[in-house]
Amino acid sequence: MSMPVSVPRLAGLFVVLAAVMAFAAIFSDAPAYRQIPPGTGVIKFSFNHSADRAKECRRRTPEELAKLPPNMRRPVECPRGRRGIVAELTIDEKTVFSGEIPPSGFAKDGPSQIYRRFVVKVGSHTVTARLRDTPRTEGFDHERTEAVTVVPGQSLALDFRPEHGGFVWR
Amino acid sequence: MIAALRYGVRRVFDVAERGLDRLAGPALNPLAQLGALGFFLFWIVAVSGIYLFMLFDTGVENAYASVEWYSTRHAWHAGVMRSFHRYASDMMVVVMALHLLREFSRDRYRGARWFSWLTGVPVIWFLYMSGITGYWLVWDQLAQYVATTSTELLDWLPIFGEPIARNFLAPSSLSNRFFTLLVFLHIAVPLVLLFMLWIHIQRITRPKVNPPRTLAALMMLALFAVSVAKPALSQGPADLARVPSPVGLDWFYLPLYPLADAAPGALWGLLAAATVMLAAMPWLPPLRRMRPATVDLPHCNGCGRCVEDCPYDALQLVPRSDDLPYALEVAVDTDKCVSCGICTGSCPSSTPFRSVGPLVTGIDLPDLTFASQRERVHELAKVSDHKVSDQSPRLLVIGCQHGAAGTRTDDTLSLPCVAMAPPSLIDYALSRGFADGVVVAGCAESACYNRLGVEWMQQRIAGERDPYLRSRVPRERILSVWASPTEGARLDRELAAFKERLATMTESQSPAEAPAIREAAS
Ligand code: HEM
Ligand code: SF4
Ligand code: SF4
Repeated sequence: MSMPVSVPRLAGLFVVLAAVMAFAAIFSDAPAYRQIPPGTGVIKFSFNHSADRAKECRRRTPEELAKLPPNMRRPVECPRGRRGIVAELTIDEKTVFSGEIPPSGFAKDGPSQIYRRFVVKVGSHTVTARLRDTPRTEGFDHERTEAVTVVPGQSLALDFRPEHGGFVWR
Repeated sequence: MIAALRYGVRRVFDVAERGLDRLAGPALNPLAQLGALGFFLFWIVAVSGIYLFMLFDTGVENAYASVEWYSTRHAWHAGVMRSFHRYASDMMVVVMALHLLREFSRDRYRGARWFSWLTGVPVIWFLYMSGITGYWLVWDQLAQYVATTSTELLDWLPIFGEPIARNFLAPSSLSNRFFTLLVFLHIAVPLVLLFMLWIHIQRITRPKVNPPRTLAALMMLALFAVSVAKPALSQGPADLARVPSPVGLDWFYLPLYPLADAAPGALWGLLAAATVMLAAMPWLPPLRRMRPATVDLPHCNGCGRCVEDCPYDALQLVPRSDDLPYALEVAVDTDKCVSCGICTGSCPSSTPFRSVGPLVTGIDLPDLTFASQRERVHELAKVSDHKVSDQSPRLLVIGCQHGAAGTRTDDTLSLPCVAMAPPSLIDYALSRGFADGVVVAGCAESACYNRLGVEWMQQRIAGERDPYLRSRVPRERILSVWASPTEGARLDRELAAFKERLATMTESQSPAEAPAIREAAS
């Protein structure tokens, strides 16, 4: 069906195609996007940590043990559920996060997880993180205060690693 | 409201398409083959991707360096391939968006076509996932931005155990295993995309999946020119101790990422709503169409011409179920049939010259029978005969309801596709003196509503396709106008000019001179 098309017409079609292609190329990496305003950085507050069990472990009585099938006669009964973690983050005296982070998983037996991002101005900031992961009802089990200096575009992360002694900057 | 939107979009397409038709002809018109261009671009992306993958280091420590190495040290081949890979991917988004809009504006997504539309919706998702995972692999600052924002977005959905964004918390948290998973995804997702594209074209016959070679070559040339003029480059190595801001975004694949930063929940809501809305389109409102084609076995000899011509894969030859001495007969898949009537136009039994008994053909639309076509020809001839004062030539307009003649109902044989009229009907109208000229007014050449109708009709008139228009039919008394509904004015102009031409034609060219009755015709 196709008729021969003259060279100038083909050239015209080429120009059209090249123009569309150039449009694609130009918008493939421009204009630039600013995720955070100039003169700021980011502090990420994130951890993945299991609190203490919701109920204390309990020693089974000999009668109870006798009732269990032989292969399940473990002397201590530990309910799987975990408590939530109460955590708080203040930056320069301002509380930017405060709340209880529930345990994850259907059985509520997984770690409590948080991932928050805070945009802060460049310069030095006093950051305090607090966390409660034990049955106590008041106060905190871990706390760390630190003066950090944020440079433009910096990304700081505050994690909780009990094996490293609590809150750590990464 | 949707109809008004369709019409508006259609106008824009019509203007652009006629422009390109004039420039390069309908055969090379890129807007007339967006689906085929989409496939072509997919292959370019696939081949360039395989090429790059052979030079790519799939570990997160060396990924960036390997990309830098091949795009700078090997700019002349690998660098060009990288640009091909990126720009062809971007073009796929452009082409897909245009294709979607065009099918929408031409109302080719409702009724039996719901299948093509609905299967197009996951194609959008898979194309985006393919592109987004690709940007991740470079492990430059854009990759870092894409990685953190994508994982934060995914973490908003309560489906993952640990927040996956924690993988990008700090330089020390980066894991090679996670990165390798992504490399795998960037290969697997495009394969799923290809599979979805294959499903997408299952319900149409002769899907156009390859653009004409000349167009393909020009496309490659244009891609090459742009790749040399503006090579695709990385944006500095990723550094998780820093926020990648500002960062140059690919606005074809990542236009919604800023929204993901600001309000991930809103973005998910938007995506879900848009997907549901798009998927529901074929039924908003449903297309009301005529009943599907039916077969009249006594008039079907199983020749298979209708099967050849049906654009929607709705016909099949099956073993004979009656006592007639033929091996095969035709069967209609009523779910696929769009009631275009093209099969009636293909059937050798569709001959208006028959005068004994009721006029029945092999395959027909019950709501617009072949017999009613002939009656309409008689009726229109009577109407023009009664215009005593009017000495001008009488026209029979065979008009497609979806083309420029769609709104002319009073003086037209109005059909769902011009190819529903068998060529013998043109012969009949002229040789029996029911008209002095016949106008075939179909859709624009590059935009046939029923995909193949215009092409079939052109080939029948040119004597290249069964059933042929007999050679005795004076071709100067036939006018074909291929125009879309927004081009009514052009149709009017061409009709007027045709009438003038007919009026000046000598008696010898007049159909009255043609041998009167040819009962044995066709
Ligand atoms: C890059 C992605 C896509 C490619 C490569 C593609 C390819 C194709 C091809 C080759 C055809 C057959 C055209 C013909 O021969 O007439 C087609 C038809 C069609 N496509 Fe797509 N398509 C894509 C995405 C989409 C999307 C996203 C939608 C809408 C949601 C869509 C809706 C349709 C419809 C409704 C038809 C049927 C047209 C008809 O029945 O006449 N496509 N596509
Ligand atoms: S009317 Fe005939 S040609 Fe058209 S879709 Fe139905 S079976 Fe196919
Ligand atoms: S074109 Fe007519 S005769 Fe041939 S298979 Fe189809 S219905 Fe039967």
